[in-house]
Amino acid sequence: MKILVCMKQVPQKDAPLKLNESGTWIREDVSYEVNEPDAYALEEALRQKEKHGGEVVVITSGPARAQQVLREALAKGADRAIHLEGDSFVGLDAFNTAKAFAASVKDENFDLIFTGLQSDDYGFAQTGVVLAELLGWSHATIIMQIEKTDAGIRVKRELEAGYFQFVDMPLPAVLTIQSGINKLRYATLIGIKQAKNKPMKKVMLDEVKAALGENLQKIEKLYIPQKTKKTEVIEGPPAEVAKKLVDKLRNEIHVL
Amino acid sequence: MADTILVVVEQREGKLNRVSWETLTGAQALSAETGWVLEAAVVGSGVGEVASEIAGKKVAKVFDIESPKLEAYTPDGYVAALKGFIEHQQPKLVLMPHTYQVRDFAPKLATAFGRVLISDAIGYKYEGGKPLFTRQMFQGKFAADVSFTGDAPYFATFQSGAYRGDKVEEGGSPAPVETVNVVIADGVIRNKPEAPFKEAKQAVDLTQAEIIVSVGRGIKEQKNIELAQQLATALGGEIAASRPICDSGWLPMDRQVGSSGQTVAPKLYLALGISGAIQHVVGIKGARSIVAINKDSEAPIFEIADIAVVGNLFDIVPPLIEEVKKAKGA
Repeated sequence: MKILVCMKQVPQKDAPLKLNESGTWIREDVSYEVNEPDAYALEEALRQKEKHGGEVVVITSGPARAQQVLREALAKGADRAIHLEGDSFVGLDAFNTAKAFAASVKDENFDLIFTGLQSDDYGFAQTGVVLAELLGWSHATIIMQIEKTDAGIRVKRELEAGYFQFVDMPLPAVLTIQSGINKLRYATLIGIKQAKNKPMKKVMLDEVKAALGENLQKIEKLYIPQKTKKTEVIEGPPAEVAKKLVDKLRNEIHVL
Repeated sequence: MADTILVVVEQREGKLNRVSWETLTGAQALSAETGWVLEAAVVGSGVGEVASEIAGKKVAKVFDIESPKLEAYTPDGYVAALKGFIEHQQPKLVLMPHTYQVRDFAPKLATAFGRVLISDAIGYKYEGGKPLFTRQMFQGKFAADVSFTGDAPYFATFQSGAYRGDKVEEGGSPAPVETVNVVIADGVIRNKPEAPFKEAKQAVDLTQAEIIVSVGRGIKEQKNIELAQQLATALGGEIAASRPICDSGWLPMDRQVGSSGQTVAPKLYLALGISGAIQHVVGIKGARSIVAINKDSEAPIFEIADIAVVGNLFDIVPPLIEEVKKAKGA
């Protein structure tokens, strides 16, 4: 199976984030990590390759720092990496991001494309589905299991409230992968060494620009959310906090 | 032709998904502010009753988009049906609830029109003649007001809990319902879905719990869950968790609270070491009181907590258990 995994680098979960001067984005001087669902998508691709043979290619778009995500993927067992390198990739909407990905792999023949179900920074949950429509492929989202069948694949979709659903699908297909589908592996020392020799192709914005269009959305303003809720803060040493809390639980919340 | 807002409601197995009322409430507000005409549509097979239910609310018209091939949900089927309908009706703005099903097809629908969907909005603003949709970014640490650049139709989805479904306005008299029979050619629908099912037998129904003590990553290790369980027991409540805890197998899946798990509405939701990621918080919007204990003062959970304790849960929970026992024994 030839699988493409679309990965994204996002600010670290507990990184302190600050607004930039114009209030349209965050200041980029923070630590970054791989988008968590994408790590699960990569792991799933590697497992499918281990089961059925084939190739795993990883792709990301973003500044030079995003290369780290690809290096880690190669160290874990991906075969090749493609880096759409440039600062301007950060501001592209989902449609343009998907177009850029599609343009940079148009001469390849993937059976499957995985993305994480959403990113931890935008939380749009769209790029994978948009990509499927652009390519004319079938797709399914929030996937917790993938099995190869004669006719294609059988996937397990996660629904709300603890429900699931099996779906039979043809290949090629795009799947957006849910966290928890598997357990993530660590890169081994050998893997890290081998990663240095694996192909890392750089694609610049100019090479895919013809495929892109104007962004169809704009963040007019990014800001710290106004609190609508009145929050009471309880302070003090733990023993005191415990007493104050119990007081609230009894007299205000009425559960004691 | 007047500008219209089209709300596409969601039905599952012929029953209206109640979150659709929330979308309708938001759409009614937007309609009142913009003067755009509000219409609604339901997609399926034999869903006339759902259409009639919608028609009882304050909308100008309801469309029942029908085909036997739409009985089971598939993204190909839904997009084929809605694409033709929207091309014909030409609404200015299409609104949907941000459910897992909508997430599965709405970006495909928008792309088919060469548009980009604004997803998971928590509200809107109407400024300078155009709607802006507010979205949470960076796991709720920031909010963004997002505008559409480019032409209609515009597509947006509302987050669960963004509006109150019980605030939807009734209609004076039932709105007209028009049945639209669509033809979906063979070969269009590529996925073959089976019936949805619940995985494990649910040992606990968190939706009925009055008191919930919930743990997140801040609990650090599986063995520490025992501490949270002691607090839950002392309070006479149930233990629950955010997704990562259940993914790791530290608590069973039926203890998960959030968009993939249960949506709960207890009297008390005590969040221990939970950061407040959006996918978790959507599951607790109905809680009467939220008490959060987290050592990170910037954690998004404090945006929605009624009572906030910035501190180490391992220092606070043991004396809290004692005080609760004292209060109950007294």
